[in-house]
Amino acid sequence: MSTHGTAQGPADPTGPGAEPTPGTLGAAWNEDSGSWATLAWRSTEWTGSSSYTTVWQDDKPVYDRGETVCVIGAGASGLTAVKNLREQGFAVDCFERETNIGGAWNWRHSRSPMSASTHLISSKPMTQFPDFPMPDDWPDYPSHSQVNEYLGRYADHFGLREHIWFGTEVVTVDPVEGDRWDVTTRPSGGGVERIARYAAVVVANGHNWSPKLPSYEGMDDFRGAMVHASSYKDPAMLRGRKVLVVGGGNTGCDVAVEAAQHAAKCWHSVRRGYWYAPKFVFGRPADQVNDGVAGLRLPLRVRQWMFATTLRLTVGDLTRYGLPKPDHRVYETHPIVNSQLIYYIGHGGVQPVPDVARFDATGVELAGGERIEPDLVIFATGYLPRFEFLGGDVLDADQEGRPRLHLHTFARRFPTLAVVGMVQPDSGIFPISHWQSVAVARWLRLREADPNRAATFWRGVAAAPDRRWTPAKVKTSTRHWFEISHTLYLRALESVLGELESAR
Amino acid sequence: MSAGLPLKIMRSREWARPVPPVRREVLSARASGEEERPPVLFVPGLGHAAWAFEEHWLEHAAQRGFPTYTMSLRDHGNSGSAGKASLRAYTHDVVQVAAGLPRQAVLVGHGTGALVVAHALARYPARAGVLLCPVFGGWRTLGTALLRNPFGTLPGAFGGRVRVRRGQLFGPNLHASAARVYVGRLGRASTRAQWQLLFGRGPEAPVGDPPVLVAGTPDDKIVSRAALGRVATRYGGAPLLFPGMGHDMMLDAGWAEPIDAIVDWLSKAEH
Repeated sequence: MSTHGTAQGPADPTGPGAEPTPGTLGAAWNEDSGSWATLAWRSTEWTGSSSYTTVWQDDKPVYDRGETVCVIGAGASGLTAVKNLREQGFAVDCFERETNIGGAWNWRHSRSPMSASTHLISSKPMTQFPDFPMPDDWPDYPSHSQVNEYLGRYADHFGLREHIWFGTEVVTVDPVEGDRWDVTTRPSGGGVERIARYAAVVVANGHNWSPKLPSYEGMDDFRGAMVHASSYKDPAMLRGRKVLVVGGGNTGCDVAVEAAQHAAKCWHSVRRGYWYAPKFVFGRPADQVNDGVAGLRLPLRVRQWMFATTLRLTVGDLTRYGLPKPDHRVYETHPIVNSQLIYYIGHGGVQPVPDVARFDATGVELAGGERIEPDLVIFATGYLPRFEFLGGDVLDADQEGRPRLHLHTFARRFPTLAVVGMVQPDSGIFPISHWQSVAVARWLRLREADPNRAATFWRGVAAAPDRRWTPAKVKTSTRHWFEISHTLYLRALESVLGELESAR
Repeated sequence: MSAGLPLKIMRSREWARPVPPVRREVLSARASGEEERPPVLFVPGLGHAAWAFEEHWLEHAAQRGFPTYTMSLRDHGNSGSAGKASLRAYTHDVVQVAAGLPRQAVLVGHGTGALVVAHALARYPARAGVLLCPVFGGWRTLGTALLRNPFGTLPGAFGGRVRVRRGQLFGPNLHASAARVYVGRLGRASTRAQWQLLFGRGPEAPVGDPPVLVAGTPDDKIVSRAALGRVATRYGGAPLLFPGMGHDMMLDAGWAEPIDAIVDWLSKAEH
């Protein structure tokens, strides 16, 4: 290291801990980490596998990956976990069962819930990663293929692909001594299993891939076609058919709107009344208007009144269209964002009907006693989170299989296990996954750097009561337990990040 | 590193009121050599535009192996306009360009551009940051400017245009005709952004903990030696100094020296 030209000061390098001397290049370095050296180390360190050892367990080799962290899944949440763990200096092995990144947004693979016309329901500023904005020339609500392209850019920009093992699925994740984990993987098509030992595991396997199917009396006798919305890919499937869409969530509304345009007939069965928020109000994306109000920190009742009034003025009385009156206040269920459903109901393209009572060979009897005869039934009845590679006791699950996690992230009994992206926010999920993984990376760093402070932090995590991160009492259903309000949740996460801040 | 305000993840204003997009002028030079190195984005300060880096540094750094880019902030150079620009809008412009580059970029900001880069470092995890002759604003900046050039500066304090003199930007070795041309090309910043220089919140801490180099000159007529030292201290080091040069070191006589030093600093990162 030398000084340059007219730069002042002695030519000696200033090592870590030395007094900064004006004019030397070294003096401008980040002293505590030897910053540049750290960068170089970050990019090359773990590829040299010679430092890793193999242990034998029940005659099977276990490859010890040292301090490497394992990330499960390379969708949006997995990618941001890889990026943020790397940023904190961790080596990462990420396993992805498909052959490309994107998870749910990689619509070419069988588990993706996307259909040809899926668009975001949260606008760009609420959806993008907080440190990697979507391009300015994209629309307010990008399409699913743009989102997938965005994730590809993110992976390339930060060089994430080299840390991902594609076409590899995780079979089991078992805790072993010393808060470490044995992760068994195999090629997605089947093949030889391999066990590797990791310092920590971050689960980012998504929660929109395992369809939840309802069961009705007489379903087995029904001669028409029945599919889950996850297999609905494009409107060709609807053409010329009489379609019944079951489910009033965002997917159900999207499919009903497409059926209105392409099918011979469309019934839309909803169990209860919902609030339908338009995508734009006052000429701006509705979620941005809503967050402008949320930023004022008004009492919940006032905000509910304001939102309800806005909807009354813009959307109007839903019962006029034959829809049930909402049986709850706004903010009490996941928001339905659809500007077109009401429009197509008004045009007669969609006919709202009540809940399904039973099926028979040729038709469906509805709750009111009315009988309809669809030839295609699409169940937009949602998905269930699944973690079959983890034993139920690991996530501390209750009888109904709901894991008990602090902030939906930290496994209370296992400090080196975390879940990222298993929330259903009233905004985009990427910012939530981003900050969750920053918190996890900082936490793992703190555990190494300062065991005393780490112990204090963890006592807080273990003792924290289970709570919901929603302002209003959310309707119970199999998915509403992990519903969150992004403002409440991020405020809580912000204070956790503050506690973990000076971990480096 | 505690180079700024604590991490802020509740960004209601940014969510609710996104910065309106504009067309942006971005110039680039292809790197020579095979080795893949991170892109370097030069960000000019208020009044300046992409031309200031296009003049010498863009090509010079590219020849030394780094793919280089420079841009004009909104209302500057050939970039578009959209209403009253704020520091947040300028920061948005920089982050948009950085995130659009193929790989994680190094951000180099000059003058008030260094403040914009400091803000951008809190919204984009750069490979590294370089703050040149950083104007971080506040009353002291105004004081220095008033002292050196009272009549050119005073209108700025009331929202008018700030006129800088040749002597404030360049050292004695730059030919007067060249200096005249450069000063003639200066544009003006939005009134709102000028006000924010005085009253705005300081930058938040950088995300991703990038290494940050602070450089300047003891003969800067805009940034006092003490102000330079304060910025450097904030980023945990001491400034790299190039005596004899004026504030606009990318244009002044001897422009090769600072860019060579920056490239050397960056090259050390790679190996």
